[in-house]
Amino acid sequence: MMTNIPLIFSLPLIICCFLCLYRVFRGPTPADRIVAVDILGILVVGFCALFTIFTPRKFFMDIGIAWAVLGFIGALALAKYLEGKGFDE
Amino acid sequence: MSEIVLVIGKIFLMVGLAFDLLGCIGLVRLPDVYNRLQASTKCVTLGTCFILFGTFLLSDFLWKSILAIVFIVMSSPTGAHAIAHAAHRSGIKLWEKSVVDKLKEDKK
Repeated sequence: MMTNIPLIFSLPLIICCFLCLYRVFRGPTPADRIVAVDILGILVVGFCALFTIFTPRKFFMDIGIAWAVLGFIGALALAKYLEGKGFDE
Repeated sequence: MSEIVLVIGKIFLMVGLAFDLLGCIGLVRLPDVYNRLQASTKCVTLGTCFILFGTFLLSDFLWKSILAIVFIVMSSPTGAHAIAHAAHRSGIKLWEKSVVDKLKEDKK
């Protein structure tokens, strides 16, 4: 029997992504959706780490670092939007 | 020596995946924006840090994963705090069984 090790390791993260998408779809308030999108951005960094391990290409970790920083900036921008302010205050 | 490092890296990877899964179950199951933010942000941040440390051990001590750990530990709680403060200021109610709201008491 052949076991697919990278698929077994990435299955929990795929389940996590579907749970986050459920919260984005169902969330009663806008803040729920913003939280779920923020968590989804951190999970993508985990996917980049798994790609770095299981493929011979090491540049996925650079993508992960850039995704972490851009996700942080996106979370701050969405928080200001939720608060009802403009972006230049 | 190298075998031991690989086994420890895989254990770190499994612990991180378990933390991520529990954080996302908390994101679905808890009743309130603030409870969801609390559970999911802390669990997923710690779990992704474990996954990145496992990556550091499994792929020949790649130092960029330590840099990614530093970025995530600094940025993710800050973003969660900003989202929680914005949600409270935009008037989203707490769960009806919540017992204390210190920020509202401070504003009075």
